[in-house]
Amino acid sequence: MYTQSFNVPDAPGGKTVPLTQPIEDPARQAAFDARIDADGRIEPQDWMPDAYRRTLVRQISQHAHSEIVGMLPEGNWISRAPSLKRKAILIAKVQDEGGHGLYLYSAAETLGTSRDQMLEGLHSGRAKYSSIFNYPTLTWADVGVIGWLVDGAAIMNQVPLCRCSYGPYARAMVRVCKEESFHQRQGYEALLVMMGGTEEQKAMVQDAVNRWWWKCLAMFGPPDADSPNSVQGMRWGIKRVSNDELRQKFVDATVPQAKVLGVTLPDPDLKWNEARQHYDYGQIDWAEFWETVNGNGPCNKERLATRVKAHNDGQWVRDAALAHARKQQERRMKEAA
Amino acid sequence: MSAATDYLLHLADNALVLGQRNAEWCGHGPILEEDIALANVSLDLIGQARLLYQLVATLKGGDCTEDKLAYFRDTHEFRNYTLLELPHRGPLSGYAQGDLDYSTTIVRNFLYSALMALLWEALEKSANADLAAIAAKSQKEVRYHLRHARDWLVRFGDGTDESHARAQASLDHLFAYTQEFWAHSPAEAAAIEAGIGVDVRTLQADWDAIVDAALAEATLVRPAVGGYVTLGKQGIHSEHLGFLLAEMQSLARAHPNGAW
Repeated sequence: MYTQSFNVPDAPGGKTVPLTQPIEDPARQAAFDARIDADGRIEPQDWMPDAYRRTLVRQISQHAHSEIVGMLPEGNWISRAPSLKRKAILIAKVQDEGGHGLYLYSAAETLGTSRDQMLEGLHSGRAKYSSIFNYPTLTWADVGVIGWLVDGAAIMNQVPLCRCSYGPYARAMVRVCKEESFHQRQGYEALLVMMGGTEEQKAMVQDAVNRWWWKCLAMFGPPDADSPNSVQGMRWGIKRVSNDELRQKFVDATVPQAKVLGVTLPDPDLKWNEARQHYDYGQIDWAEFWETVNGNGPCNKERLATRVKAHNDGQWVRDAALAHARKQQERRMKEAA
Repeated sequence: MSAATDYLLHLADNALVLGQRNAEWCGHGPILEEDIALANVSLDLIGQARLLYQLVATLKGGDCTEDKLAYFRDTHEFRNYTLLELPHRGPLSGYAQGDLDYSTTIVRNFLYSALMALLWEALEKSANADLAAIAAKSQKEVRYHLRHARDWLVRFGDGTDESHARAQASLDHLFAYTQEFWAHSPAEAAAIEAGIGVDVRTLQADWDAIVDAALAEATLVRPAVGGYVTLGKQGIHSEHLGFLLAEMQSLARAHPNGAW
């Protein structure tokens, strides 16, 4: 589903990537730099600097974790979906997110880190995931608004990743982006139908927009001036467009959609700037954003504990599959002997 | 017409109630691949339910819709097998809480899919052409559900001591509920009479063969059954269906004039 801009370092104790690395092999480094400069792709078997590898592992695993944790806020409404059609759409969407997690863990594994290692990072609280999932889904309208705004913001972030310099990540993102666009349109369509319904339904949609709008703007990550990792990410062709540029693009695209829908975006400073040819918008509450990133949002503890519980409760299932596979192999070897 | 709708509702309610139950795993599966697989099974079942409810709505006419049938009928009007409404855990009272148990899920999906693989195949010859078409589509889906559940049943039985014990406990818990498969309800009898439905008892020997072969491979013991035969398909349910429906129907009923 969704990234915030993944230039947020993981918590201490995890591997952090120093921005400058001693050059390990000048000839290979030069070949790597030349490929990056020519906008070429780096593949798993290619030599790459350690810092590039670690940055990618961190970013792709954070993205994968976001998909998996992101299943929870929307999954919250599957049992109560108000029609069978919407129930089927929602299950399929949450399932797609699981699928995205699977591609992304696989893409990160090509860099030499196992899924178990990545999950250990998530479950221990060291690895980050998109902070947007630390907010609760309080009404059914949240499901539509997440599709429209959260997936919409994610698409802005992720489309440039289809051109990322690391081949497996870029290719995974092509499929992810196609599915995300579909989710966004489904979310928007669900809201359009609700806005044609009862007064209570309209109020439900407006309330959800009010709660999610600012959180979505923060998904693009800190302002460019406060985002030092971005520079190296740009140099490596991992990051293509800056946080502020993406945020502006999102605001400009969303304002007309809100008008068609008939909802108000909760920002008194939001207005068209003729000189800039963009919408101006108000101040994002970055203190609140960092509090949530650092574990103190409304649902951080619930989300993480839920993931850990599912993993721990499933241990015996995974053990059974492995034990059965071993027994089968032993039986085959005995037969062959 | 009433024989057809009662029978179709039985098939539809089976699919919806089990689809609703299996969807509870979404986001909580024991491994990501299984999370995705269970969601798929759930989507197939809800898809089957929708086609069947739409057919009932057409037969009933008036302002009946698939959602009226799913969201605005009460517990006693549901016609699913009791087996399918049970929570994913061992035997506990309706308002007791417990963790989701994957072996209950797998054993139930196995027992039900083994039946439906046979029943959908037989229903492809139904005198009702719409039902025959739904059966043809559902048969393809349920073959995968059966393979999925059977594979895991064998892994559990022939896995670790813990998985073996869990699978056996789930079988011991659930097997008695399968007696309901073979006891005719008035709706089934009428549907058989009209050539729309299939006499499930003619499928029992084949079901036994599927079950016994899987249990043998899984080194699990088929429990002896007897005693109370559940009556879900006649509208007399366990304590669990009321909670399932209360949750599922809450939002739709809070906004009876809502547009979704």
